[in-house]
Amino acid sequence: MFEHYLSMFIRAVFVENMALAFFLGMCTFLAVSKKVQTALGLGVAVIVTLAITVPVNNLILTYLLDEGAMAWTGIPALEQVDLRFLGLLSYIGVIAALIQILEMTLDRYVPALYNALGIFLPLITVNCAILGASLFMVERDYNFGESVVFGFGAGVGWAIAIVLLAAIREKLKYSDVPDGLKGLGITFIIVGLMSLGFMSFSGVQL
Amino acid sequence: MGLRNYIDRNIAPHFHEGGKLERYYVFYEMFDTMLYSPSETTRNASHVRDGIDLKRVMMTVWFATFPAILFGLYNVGYQANLQIVEHGYNALPGWRTDLVAALTGYDPYSLLSNILHGAVYYIPILVTVYLTGALWEGLFAWKRGHEVNEGFFVTGILFTLILPPAIPLWQVFLGVSFGVVIGKEVFGGTGKNFLNPALVGRAFLFFAYPAQMSGDAVWTAVDNFSGATVLSLAQSGDINFSAGLTENAVTGGSAVDITWMQTFLGGIQGSIGETSTLAILLGAAFLLFTKIASWRIMLSTFLGVVAMAGVFNLVGSETNPMFAMPWYWHITAGGVAFALVFMATDPVSAAMTNTGKWIFGLLIGIMVVLIRVVNPAFPEGAMLAVLFGNLCAPLIDYFVIQANVRRRQRRTAGVA
Repeated sequence: MFEHYLSMFIRAVFVENMALAFFLGMCTFLAVSKKVQTALGLGVAVIVTLAITVPVNNLILTYLLDEGAMAWTGIPALEQVDLRFLGLLSYIGVIAALIQILEMTLDRYVPALYNALGIFLPLITVNCAILGASLFMVERDYNFGESVVFGFGAGVGWAIAIVLLAAIREKLKYSDVPDGLKGLGITFIIVGLMSLGFMSFSGVQL
Repeated sequence: MGLRNYIDRNIAPHFHEGGKLERYYVFYEMFDTMLYSPSETTRNASHVRDGIDLKRVMMTVWFATFPAILFGLYNVGYQANLQIVEHGYNALPGWRTDLVAALTGYDPYSLLSNILHGAVYYIPILVTVYLTGALWEGLFAWKRGHEVNEGFFVTGILFTLILPPAIPLWQVFLGVSFGVVIGKEVFGGTGKNFLNPALVGRAFLFFAYPAQMSGDAVWTAVDNFSGATVLSLAQSGDINFSAGLTENAVTGGSAVDITWMQTFLGGIQGSIGETSTLAILLGAAFLLFTKIASWRIMLSTFLGVVAMAGVFNLVGSETNPMFAMPWYWHITAGGVAFALVFMATDPVSAAMTNTGKWIFGLLIGIMVVLIRVVNPAFPEGAMLAVLFGNLCAPLIDYFVIQANVRRRQRRTAGVA
């Protein structure tokens, strides 16, 4: 059992890296990767968000939305109900609510990080890496334990990727990029080259 | 000094300020500094007085690759001749082999025939690489107003050494172009990039044209060749690692015999310059003696390979024969030795801090073995492991520097 979870975790972090293998969550990934310190903060925020939203969405799916999921209520009328069409709506709702709580927590306890993240913290709500993880969970039929591991792993993978990118961008601050490529252009090229390096994990069988 | 005088008097003035060819100065400078050391000197009090500069560093690395190049020339020809004479393969059709057949014939026991057969493959690749590189470097230098960097000398020679011998030249052109332009020039040239340009070029070719860059058919330059490399033999469990160092280790009905000593000396098929660990070690000794390459990176990468191979040996596996591969096979088979000596030590893309170099090297060593053993998609992991190390180098440096800052802050806080 432990081995299964471990291999799932490693796969979520490296092999199926949200940012560098699926290119999910790009807007935040590109915009908040100028400094390692900020990237670390955002990385932690994404880890927390993913590690909570994926399991919560899993519970919602298993006990409310899935076909016959509400059999536990004992009400005969609800036993055949299939509410999966409400999936997207409820996942986003859970994510948005959680981000609100996270934002208030950060504002109260880590104001420096709160100010550094700025608009991108509420924007995590619509970060496709986060919704993507929940949808992967549905598509791959993860149970509760698996979705905890997967959510956490996907978050760690995304955080590693953004911190690596931030360190590279800090190093390249002094490089002489052609005017037309300055800013986002060169960042896209860096991300492409990074995913070339991450190709070393593609095909790993666990 | 006749040439120097001639250049100074008759050629240089045209390119200097006010001359009619002023805007082509970078091209003049490129060839002038290739022939002579730069004539500009610091006018005011200078801070550092040392003969070493970027050009000298690059030239030293360039010389260090010579044993590998010379052996590569011989071995490409030897492998091809051997297959033609002993195993009845046909030479690849074309002007190259026509030339060999006309001049020396195919004879694996003749040094001349082997070297000629190697040269007809290696020289066109080398010429293509340098022409393409000079084109891009010159274009960027000219348009962006910086000097042509010598970095390309090294990148180019390293790139030729990690290619299979019979690769089509248009792929060589594409690979160099990608490596130089996307891997280096878009960041501003030598010293401004974060990945090793030679490896970027090779990785591009590897993923874009896997049929010509991997598998069992491309490593020996004869027609319709098929013969497993040491690493793919090891992956299918056909290598007996407990055989003596000079005994044949290949089991399971393969036509060729391979001993560990052969993988060390280099008499096996593979990329042009990476087969002989001995020739690479000669280059490494030269680099370490001249203090050009970092011994920390070489040693820690080596330790990383030894440690990770040891871990896999201890864990063991019923289904995956690669778990049993001992470290001394890991080092000599495939491209690890070459990557360890020439690729990982690239001062631009490696970690900068001394502590960082240890971590960087260990990471690469561990990744090489990891990719080889647990990733069946890639039998060889050296190239991707170094690229991955390059990705992590800035972050490693960042944390090493932060730790240093904190330590100093604590120290001064204690004093005050």
